[in-house]
Amino acid sequence: MQIGIFTVGDVTADPTTGRTPTEHERIKATVQIAKKAEEIGLDVFATGEHHNPPFIASNPTATLAYIGAQTENIILSTATTLITTTDPVLIAEDYAKIQHLTDGRVDLMMGRGNTGPVYPWFGKDIRQGINLAIENYALLRRLWTEDVVNWEGRFRTPLQGYTSTPRPLDGVAPFVWHGSIRSPEIAEQAAYYGDGFFHNHIFWPAGHTQQMVDLYRRRFEHYGHGPADTAIVGLGGQFFMRENSQDAVNEFRPYFDNAPVYGHGPSLEDFTEATPLTVGSPQQVLERTLSFRDYVGHYQRQLFLVDHAGLPLKTVLEQLDLLGEILPEMRKGFAEGRPAHIPEAPTHASLVAAAGGAKDSTVYAEADSATGHRAEDELEVRA
Amino acid sequence: MTSLVVVSAGLSNPSSTRLLAERLSAATVEALEDVEVTHVELRDLAHQLTDQLLTGFPAPELAAAQEAVRSADGLVVVTPVFSASYSGLFKTFFDVLETGALDGTPVLIAATAGTARHSLVLEHALRPLFAYLHAVVVPTGVFAATDDFAGTDLDLRVTRAAGELAALMGKVSRVDSAVTHRRTVEDELAEPTPFEELMRRASQR
Repeated sequence: MQIGIFTVGDVTADPTTGRTPTEHERIKATVQIAKKAEEIGLDVFATGEHHNPPFIASNPTATLAYIGAQTENIILSTATTLITTTDPVLIAEDYAKIQHLTDGRVDLMMGRGNTGPVYPWFGKDIRQGINLAIENYALLRRLWTEDVVNWEGRFRTPLQGYTSTPRPLDGVAPFVWHGSIRSPEIAEQAAYYGDGFFHNHIFWPAGHTQQMVDLYRRRFEHYGHGPADTAIVGLGGQFFMRENSQDAVNEFRPYFDNAPVYGHGPSLEDFTEATPLTVGSPQQVLERTLSFRDYVGHYQRQLFLVDHAGLPLKTVLEQLDLLGEILPEMRKGFAEGRPAHIPEAPTHASLVAAAGGAKDSTVYAEADSATGHRAEDELEVRA
Repeated sequence: MTSLVVVSAGLSNPSSTRLLAERLSAATVEALEDVEVTHVELRDLAHQLTDQLLTGFPAPELAAAQEAVRSADGLVVVTPVFSASYSGLFKTFFDVLETGALDGTPVLIAATAGTARHSLVLEHALRPLFAYLHAVVVPTGVFAATDDFAGTDLDLRVTRAAGELAALMGKVSRVDSAVTHRRTVEDELAEPTPFEELMRRASQR
C-alpha cells in the first residue's frame, strides 16, 4: 500500500490572518512539504498542474526534478498532468527525463483539468476534452514504447520518423494512473490499458466514488488484465487533526468555511458526513481512512490533500508530523485482511522485473561530429 | 405506471404558485388513467441547491428530487415571476440538473405573478429555457395573476394545458420515441461505451 500526499499548489489567503503568501513562499513551501513527506516515511508526493493564478503549479516537472534531487526514496507523481492541453510529445520527453534523473522514482496521473480558459489558451477546445485525453494518451504510449513513431491524428501536427528522447529508463515507461471525478469514459480508458485509476474522492460522496471504481474494476477484468479485485486503484483523502478532536474542528473551521472549492456552501459537519473529509483526532482519521476499503475494496494508493485553503506552512508540517505518528498503524490496518493475490501499485522496479530485467533503451544514431547531421541525411540531400 | 413530477418554486406558505401547481397536477391526473404524482417543492431544497452550485454534488434530498425529474414521464413546472423572469431558485434547480435529464420529456410550463402584465414571461423566458433543455413543451402555458384566482377562465386554461400534457405523456414513451436521449453519467456507469468506440469517436472529425 502506498500512502502519500498531493497538492494543487493554490495560493490562498489565510482566513484567520488575512495574509496571502507570495508565489515564492508557496513554491518554496511546496518543496519543504515534499521533503517532510519523505522524512515521515510517506511513499508518494504528487503535484497538480495549473496555468493560472492563484496557483503556483505550472511547470510540474521542474518542481518534481528539484524535489527529486533533494530526496532519496519518495515516489514523485502528478495529480494531475493535463493530457488534454499539454503536447503528449513534451510529456513523453519530460517524464522520461525525470525517470533518468531520479532513477525511476516517478509515475504520473493523467487528468483533463477543470479551468475552462486553459483550453483556448493552449489552442484546444474544452468540448473535445474526452477526445483529447484519448488521442493524446494513445500517442504518449506509442512515444514511450516505440523507438520510431509515425503518427497522424486529429489534434496534433503529424509525426514522421520521430524518436522521443530520452528513451524511458531501462526500457520501461513510467506507470500511469488516470484520474477523473465524474467521467466514466476515463475509468473505461484506464481499464482498457490496464493502467491505474485514481478517484479524487475528496469532493464527492462515497457512493459516487464507489460507482466509478466499480466500473473501472469490472472493465479491467473485461479487458483481460486480471480479476476485478486486482485492478490498480488510488483514492484521494483529506483530513485535519489535533490530539483533541474539538481543537481540530475549531482550528479548521475558518479554513473550511472559506476554502476555494466548497467554502460558503455546506457546513463542515454536513461535508464531513457526505465526503471523506475527516476533522478530528488522529485515531478518527486513522479509522475513517481504513474504512474507505469498505466501498472500494483493497486498493493500492492513498493520497491526502494537506496543504490548501490558506493553511500556514507551519500547520501543514504539524499535520504531516501527526500523519507520521499514525502511519505505522495505518499501514498495519491496510495490511489486515488483505488477500495475498492483491497486487501492490507498480513501481519502476516491479515494472522492470515484469519486463524481464533492465534494458538499455538508448537509440544510438550516428551523427557527423561537425554538423550534427547523420551521414544518410547528407547522402539524401546530395541525391 | 405513468409518473408525473410537479416542480414548484413558490416561496411563501401557502403560495399561489403551489396552488396553481396543485390545480395543474389534479387536472393532469384526471386526464390520465394510472399516474403517480411526486411534488418537488424547491423552497425546501434551497440550501441544498446553493450547496450543489458550490460543491458540484447534490445532497440526498436534492438527489432524490433530481432522480424523480430525470425518470418522470411528464413534468409540471411552476415559478413565480421575479424581476420579469422565472425566479432564481427555479432556474438554479434546472441549472444543476444533469445535461440530458429532460431530453424528450413533456413539460407543462406555468407561472404566477401579481398582475397580468407579466403573462408573456411564459413565452420569453420559460419556453426557451425548456427548449434549450430539449424538453417537449406543451402548446398551452398557464399564467395566473392574482386576479385569475377569482374567475373561471383559469380553469379552462388549466384543463386544456393538462389535457395536452396528458396526451403527450400517453403517446410519447421515453423509451420508444424517436427522441434521441443524451447519455448521462448514470447510463455510462451502468453500461460503459466500449473503449474502441471512444477511440473511434476521438478520431472522428
